[in-house]
Amino acid sequence: MITLSGVQFAYNGFPVIKGITHSFAKGSFTALLGPNGSGKSTLLRLINGILTPQAGTVEVMGRSVGSISAREMAREMAYVPQMQYNTFPATVFDTVLLGRNPYISWSPGKDDRRITAEILVRLGLDDIALKDLNKLSGGQRQQVFIARALAQQPSVILLDEPTANLDLRHQHEILLLLGELATGGITVLVAIHDLNLALKYCSEFIILDDGQVRAEGGSDIFREELIEDIYGVRTKIIRHEGEMFILPTEPL
Amino acid sequence: MSRENEIEKQYARFTERKGRYLWLAALATLLLAVLGLALGPSSISLSDLFSLFGSGGEELHRGIVMQIRLPRVLAGIVSGIALSVSGVVMQSVLRNPLGSPFTLGISNAAAFGAAFAVIIFGAGSMNSSSNDAVLIANPYVVTLSAFFWSLIACFLILLVARHRGATPENMILTGIIASSLFTALTAAIQYLADDVQLAAIVFWTFGDLSKGGWRELMIQVIILLPVMIYFYRNRWNYNALDAGDETARSLGVNIGRLRLTAMILASLATATVVSFYGIIAFVGLVVPHMVRRVIGSDERFLIPGAALAGAAFMVGCDIVARTLISPMVLPVGILTSVIGAPLFILLLVKGKGGAQWK
Repeated sequence: MITLSGVQFAYNGFPVIKGITHSFAKGSFTALLGPNGSGKSTLLRLINGILTPQAGTVEVMGRSVGSISAREMAREMAYVPQMQYNTFPATVFDTVLLGRNPYISWSPGKDDRRITAEILVRLGLDDIALKDLNKLSGGQRQQVFIARALAQQPSVILLDEPTANLDLRHQHEILLLLGELATGGITVLVAIHDLNLALKYCSEFIILDDGQVRAEGGSDIFREELIEDIYGVRTKIIRHEGEMFILPTEPL
Repeated sequence: MSRENEIEKQYARFTERKGRYLWLAALATLLLAVLGLALGPSSISLSDLFSLFGSGGEELHRGIVMQIRLPRVLAGIVSGIALSVSGVVMQSVLRNPLGSPFTLGISNAAAFGAAFAVIIFGAGSMNSSSNDAVLIANPYVVTLSAFFWSLIACFLILLVARHRGATPENMILTGIIASSLFTALTAAIQYLADDVQLAAIVFWTFGDLSKGGWRELMIQVIILLPVMIYFYRNRWNYNALDAGDETARSLGVNIGRLRLTAMILASLATATVVSFYGIIAFVGLVVPHMVRRVIGSDERFLIPGAALAGAAFMVGCDIVARTLISPMVLPVGILTSVIGAPLFILLLVKGKGGAQWK
């Protein structure tokens, strides 16, 4: 589905991604973890083709990302950046309808409006369809951005910290929704800080540290020594009713 | 009816309201255009006016309408469309509510380019009388020169936007710098000019729709028609760009090409207006914001809405310019500034909750 081979990237000569190799299977729900500055957002941008790797390759469906046009890529892969504001007011319906952009040649058609309405109802956003996006709460806005991503009908969705600045309920609602999408066959890759949220909802994990993959795989990769080494925080891993929790005890 | 159908219906009603505004704006433009033909130092009754388009009517009135007022009204319509839509597009691609040909210094750059062509290349001849102070002998050279210099200002803006971000502060500062630079360069040309040339250029910098005739109008239409079609063709991409560069890119928009092409074409549209009629300020800034207040910022409606409102605004201002102290005719550029500046302040102060622009 998505294959990274020896991907490297540097901002103004400062290396941020240092040779990452990884494959994402179809329908996987992967958490991209790591401390601030570890390269999570940059890696998402590289996968989406917003940035071009200076070495190595990123392939989607067997094709190099660089050889895929922006429009074609938008049909395959949706990207939800961190919190964003429109410069000018836009309704929720128009924002989600924008997700149809890669399919629109002249103007949105009947199908585009129908798909938009279906997604709004599915995500419970129908009551606010004609509200101004900028006047919604952070949680609602994030749901609208995910709805817009769904309107692209992609096979991959990348999200950069979709739960940042959200309250507990919205954090869980967003991740639950993403889990459902993955179950439906969409490959979901989410950059996230909260280890416990990731553990609860994601099935695969990649822990980045200083632009390199320190650990990857299922929940068994989490070890107290590893977390302490990467984050500089002593933790205790607790298992309760089949679930795993990481409790910080004290910083180093 | 399913919930999905209900939502679609609600949205259809929402967009139909915007469509109705477009029809109203078209009607207002048409009415103002008719008034523009009828009113002036020599008023023509509406019945006389309509008979002119048949076989009847006075010969004197026919001459006034066909040779003076019709090209002037059409120049107002075409220039209003060009400046307003350029303002909309600049605001969209720079994601900056303060974008407009005037505030970004592009109008001043084009004015310098036109003056440069007239004085240095001898593309115009000078008279000391008012209405035909500068006669454009070679409009192609004037337009090309205006376009060239407006491109210089345009690239300056894109350079700053690329390196420092297109924040309102950066854009306004760049606009002030560009305006000051090109005003200084125009002053330098004026310094080199003789008295008649100086008087002519000073007069010429006031935007005035009487400067052009049918030929200038034709050139404008030939240049602006494909430009406006291009802008309208990309209306959906401009909507995507408003959500941010990364989002727009992920929605399939080639943002680099879109932004560069839009700025170049908006500069060209501005240059065609400035090179023939002089600087007409505030139209490209105020009209888009007035229209945004009424129909929102969806470019599918904003572009045609601003085009119609811009045309109506220009024709309306020109009517006032011709009738306010009749028989004297004021340059329309003075009117657009006098009306536009306080109107923009009013829009800023009376903004819906002050949170219209983020």
